[in-house]
Amino acid sequence: MEIVYYLIQNTLPVAIPLLLVALGGMFSETSGVVNIALEGIMLFGAYFGALFVYFVQDLGLNPQTILLLAMLVAAVAGVIYSLLLSFAAVNMKANQVITGTSLNMLIPAVILLFSKMYFNSDGVTTAVNFYIQKIPVLGDIPVIGRMFFQKTYLTVMIGILFLIISTVVFYKTKFGLRLRACGEHPHAADSVGINVYKMRYAGVTISGILGGIGGFFYSVGVMDGNVNGHTGVAGFGFLALAVMIFGQWRPGKIFLASLFFAFLRTLAYSISLIPFLYNLGINQTYYKMLPYVATMVVLAFTSKKSRAPKAEGIPYDKSSR
Amino acid sequence: MQERNSLLNKTKFNLKDITDNSVFSSFLSALLAIFLGLIFGFIVMLVAAPANALTGFRLIVLGGFRRIGDVFYFATPILMTGLSVGFAFKMGLFNIGASGQYTMGMFFALYVGFMWDLPDSIHWIVACIAGFIGGMLWGIIPGLFKALLNVNEVITSIMFNYIGMYLVDMLIQGNSVMYVSDKTRTRYLPAEVQIPSLGIPNSNVNLGIILAIIIGIILYIVLQKTIFGYELKATGYNRFASEYAGMKGKRNIIITMAIAGGLSGLGGAFAILAPSAIAGSSMTYEPINIIAANGFNGIAVALLGNAHPIGTIFSAVFISHIQRGGTLASLVGYKPEIIDVVIAVIIYFSAFSMIMNSAFIGFIKRYFGKGKKDFDDNMDNEIKEAE
Repeated sequence: MEIVYYLIQNTLPVAIPLLLVALGGMFSETSGVVNIALEGIMLFGAYFGALFVYFVQDLGLNPQTILLLAMLVAAVAGVIYSLLLSFAAVNMKANQVITGTSLNMLIPAVILLFSKMYFNSDGVTTAVNFYIQKIPVLGDIPVIGRMFFQKTYLTVMIGILFLIISTVVFYKTKFGLRLRACGEHPHAADSVGINVYKMRYAGVTISGILGGIGGFFYSVGVMDGNVNGHTGVAGFGFLALAVMIFGQWRPGKIFLASLFFAFLRTLAYSISLIPFLYNLGINQTYYKMLPYVATMVVLAFTSKKSRAPKAEGIPYDKSSR
Repeated sequence: MQERNSLLNKTKFNLKDITDNSVFSSFLSALLAIFLGLIFGFIVMLVAAPANALTGFRLIVLGGFRRIGDVFYFATPILMTGLSVGFAFKMGLFNIGASGQYTMGMFFALYVGFMWDLPDSIHWIVACIAGFIGGMLWGIIPGLFKALLNVNEVITSIMFNYIGMYLVDMLIQGNSVMYVSDKTRTRYLPAEVQIPSLGIPNSNVNLGIILAIIIGIILYIVLQKTIFGYELKATGYNRFASEYAGMKGKRNIIITMAIAGGLSGLGGAFAILAPSAIAGSSMTYEPINIIAANGFNGIAVALLGNAHPIGTIFSAVFISHIQRGGTLASLVGYKPEIIDVVIAVIIYFSAFSMIMNSAFIGFIKRYFGKGKKDFDDNMDNEIKEAE
């Protein structure tokens, strides 16, 4: 039972960044822009979030207040970086995959460059402890309290909140419906008076917000508040893309997919704590490969009837009908 | 007078010939992107340390000429991964998995180099072929997933980058012949497996670059002159139309990815088997759970070369050139990462340079002996071509 608690407590902080970034990817792709730059957006958000923490950590603020403020900084940073993508994809009608790849390449280099010049290191190291031993009241509930409200991070609760907001916006608002229309059939959307360019900017910008926050939450929940230009976000942006496809561009399924992936990853990194699996004597590298292999297996079974937005990746041109 | 008119007509005609040529326009767009990328890099350098900016910038742009041999030495692997990405791109497939295929090829070459006992004369050739096969195995998987199961090749190749990297590191660490655990890296390969050096003093340039360039030319011929190349490009333009015309789209996807993987794998083999005076840069591998950077550099090379095999050769040499310049710029205090920034900006601009390009060509036509009417005609043509 101890192990179950341990696994759940450690899965959630890993699942939340994946969830947020995959939701961001979902907003971007349902508006019709393939966002392969999520990795870069995450890292950009994480870097500025951590930079903010670095500069305010000596002021004696409450760690959770710092986390919330840094989250806002990360969101703004993510938006700014995502504008580079929307400008290229919407205004310049560029190939979105190429643009995304270049944005992914740019940011680790910039981080290394500036960190080496100003901090003489490969990234930012912060000393704030965001870890919550136990949330008052909620943490005392038997079983559930221990699973979800002890030894955790504030990021988990904020992440769930974002999931609910995203689901409502996606399904229950005029905006969500219009956004989806722009990814499925932009010309039809245009013919009923929806501004496709604006909607695509909106979709990519939301992915910038969620991507930036997700990146910062990754650095909080997985890297103890540090950001490093060499390891970056360890491919989490790409994994989030896989989670998004695995979740078939639907918020609820994306949540389950991110839990699935995060659980396998946590399992892989805590084999030595689980006597039953440890005694099997299987090389631990196999477990590290497990999340990726499992994703492939799942994708193989679910992709035949893919629900990818039909117009994704195609620049919208009013005059081409 | 009449003579002069006809001459004028002739020059007009020539200009139109040149500016309407698609090779010219992609070359121009690459140059434009490079120019903007370098300007951006210069601005970053000015912000970082104004005093040395000009010296550093000159080192970046011209420094590579001091080390031509090394430029070619480092260009070899990224040329191969660039050809791999570009070849798949021609078919509309984005092979982001070049890193995994590269690592696989490197492992296969290492394995043959250490474990097989072969005559010296053919050992490196067999090791290279093994590298090709290793990369091919890793490239064919995304192809199969795409063709048979409709899984997006971008996701598959990213997943297999990780799987390949973990697998190779595990296999190497588990092999006591190759791996020296207290040095956390493999032994150095025996010298007989080395690719022959070209014998130019003070440089690491070897036969690999010649082979890579020949492969680039062969790919160009395959793409331009064979039925397979034609089908491949047709599928890239419109998959449904080409299937309607009777081409076997699924089979072609699998073959394309297999070849692309093989090319990346060969890049890995060329990198690991190269003779080098730079310690640790070849002949040995350090399993540190990091995805090979040369695969991602290959994406940059292919995009800058507009996925054209011959263009890729030039862009690989160019990128290697400014990378060498970047290491020289660290002499005056700039971190070598400045080059990665410049490369990323170049790729960013090359993605939408088609629009800038047509504006630029329009500018040339307007101001160099072209009437307004001709210009409009040309614009119409260009629009038609673009469609």
